[in-house]
Amino acid sequence: MKHTISVLLQNKPGVLSRVTGLFSGRGFNIKSLCVAETLDKGISCLTVVSHGDETIVEQITKQLHKLIDVIKVTDISEHEFVEREMILIRMKAESHTRAEVLRVIDIFRGKVVDVSAKSYAVEITGSASKITAAIDILRPIGIKEIIRTGTIAMARATKTK
Amino acid sequence: MGKMSGSQAVVKCLEEEGIKTIFGYPGGAVIDLFDALMDSDINNVLVRHEQGAVHAADGFARVTGEVGVALLTSGPGATNGVTGIATAYMDSIPMVILTGQVPRALIGNDAFQEVDIVGISRPCTKHNYLVSDLDQLIPTLREAFYIAKSGRPGPVLVDLPKDLMASQLTYPEKKDIKISSYQPTYKPHPVQIERACKKIMQAKKPVLYVGGGVILSDSSNELRELAIKLNIPVTMTLMGLGAFPGTHDLSMGMLGMHGTYTANMAVAECDLLIAVGARFDDRVTGKLEDFAAKSQKIHIDIDPTSISKNVKVDVPIVSDCKKALTAINEWFDTKSDINLSDEADRHMPWLETIHDWTVKHPLSYKDDDIIIKPQYVIETLHKHTEGKAIITTEVGQNQMWAAQFYKLDYHRHFVTSGGLGTMGFGLPAAIGAQMAFPDKTVIDIAGDGSIQMNIQELATAKQYNCPVKVAILNNGYLGMVRQWQKLFYNKRYASTTMDVAPDFVDLAKAYGALGLRATTKDEVEPVIKEALATDNIVIMDFKIEKEEGVYPMVPAGKANTEMLLV
Repeated sequence: MKHTISVLLQNKPGVLSRVTGLFSGRGFNIKSLCVAETLDKGISCLTVVSHGDETIVEQITKQLHKLIDVIKVTDISEHEFVEREMILIRMKAESHTRAEVLRVIDIFRGKVVDVSAKSYAVEITGSASKITAAIDILRPIGIKEIIRTGTIAMARATKTK
Repeated sequence: MGKMSGSQAVVKCLEEEGIKTIFGYPGGAVIDLFDALMDSDINNVLVRHEQGAVHAADGFARVTGEVGVALLTSGPGATNGVTGIATAYMDSIPMVILTGQVPRALIGNDAFQEVDIVGISRPCTKHNYLVSDLDQLIPTLREAFYIAKSGRPGPVLVDLPKDLMASQLTYPEKKDIKISSYQPTYKPHPVQIERACKKIMQAKKPVLYVGGGVILSDSSNELRELAIKLNIPVTMTLMGLGAFPGTHDLSMGMLGMHGTYTANMAVAECDLLIAVGARFDDRVTGKLEDFAAKSQKIHIDIDPTSISKNVKVDVPIVSDCKKALTAINEWFDTKSDINLSDEADRHMPWLETIHDWTVKHPLSYKDDDIIIKPQYVIETLHKHTEGKAIITTEVGQNQMWAAQFYKLDYHRHFVTSGGLGTMGFGLPAAIGAQMAFPDKTVIDIAGDGSIQMNIQELATAKQYNCPVKVAILNNGYLGMVRQWQKLFYNKRYASTTMDVAPDFVDLAKAYGALGLRATTKDEVEPVIKEALATDNIVIMDFKIEKEEGVYPMVPAGKANTEMLLV
């Protein structure tokens, strides 16, 4: 089962390799991994998407927490959460496909961020499944290059009754 | 306060931490540190190989409970130490390893004797640091000691660039260490203690399964109190030996692959397994699905990752073993409606069953009138040391025979590489143990294979008057692998025959030690008596039965009840 785990960690040299080394050393799977500073420059937030049964995910969260530089570990997929991924795609866009590309992008609420005589570079944001759907639709038209950010995610605020 | 050099500050910090003995080997990157040590009361033990330094510091830490310190130079000095660091990591031994590093300006340049030891040691240290800022030097060292000894202990490496050692700094005031992202849980949750105690009350066939955590937390007394108060039989892992007296009636000895018949049967049949500071290692559990399959399980461990890692437990207790055992003991002592002697009596039928198993299949071997049996050597060592020696071991058959036949009554008296299984550990660890307790008898129980892995440390022992005794169980084989080959590989002894070995008696002499040899059974006792009576280092070369095996043995992947017996 897919799990999205959010990790707050000290922003120190080598800390990312502690995390990735833990995953490779213990045979845990990394589907995607995103990391950047938080508002506090001394603390980074890392979002990792992994696969595994309950026992494995329990071990992943415990082992992450055991790292000295890790402040907080949350399996945010245990509750309601929003996830977003961004993708940059360079599409073949020659005279007969230019309009088709724009139409599909519009359906996925994407936008063109770079343009040339034979291509469009396009940005699309959404959940991982939306991104995958967009790629499936765009592939037959002609994808030249693709860059995915991997998932970032945030727990939904608890609703007051 | 006046200024001092980085290296002087490091030495001052070691003094502040109460360190009196360190184990090290100099080199270009740490020359300043060794220079500063000359002005200190700290005694550096100059080993002959960096692996020896780390194992010796490890042995020192295991017998004292203090943090062991090793000081190695950069590059090959540091990489030679890695096996020692990994050994300490697997067995949760508190250590600080200081390594020299090339000057900061050269880091990343493939400089002479440069290696990324922080990168290399990351998966086998509890934590590690490259000090990149002079202001952080002393705070980092203090943090390293704090992390090494708190929570689940472990080795911490601090990499020290050479230019920092020569820089001038003002020694910072000592402050309380607080690491917001590192707060081990020491106290057990009262609700979990209550649940555990109620399970103990209901159990008809309980077993205490105890590991190295009981020794690391110095909770042997609390464990003994609980076991004796409620008449609960105890089995120990390799790392737990000595946590409960091995000669006590309630002791079932070691469990697992080479555990006793009694211990493995008791765990298989028990209705409550109380795991204390043990981690359900594969050498203990055998086939996981069949391990203690009829029981409910309580698991006390300070490390949450150990709990429910291999075996699901019913009552997890994240806690220091000492605090949890104390809480359980108090629960039973303060409940006025519980009659302790009734509780203890309730387990009598279970203890009788256990006793019957021991009568049926005691730990035994086929003795011989002439040929020396390794088990007989260990029993004779036990007899003449009255079970009071500190025993270190190498790895393999020698280790298992020592674990089975040297009945340990005291904790911190059995020093062995349990998790990593490092051959070559025993001799340097014995030196470390002897440095800590100069007046105690320290015996390294070795094989002819593993003793050769760090034999050079005999010179260290000689230099520092460490009268360690080495008992080589010499069968001319890498015996444990040979045993597997005999049982499971159709007797194809691939690369396990040590056709050429030194004459260990002559070798001892070459190092200024005493060499003694026994080739027949009647020579064993005189050799041991003479060895124990001398002040010098002794190598005892026991020419043992060549194809003796370690039994009982659970074949890999089998259930613990499927033991091969003698």
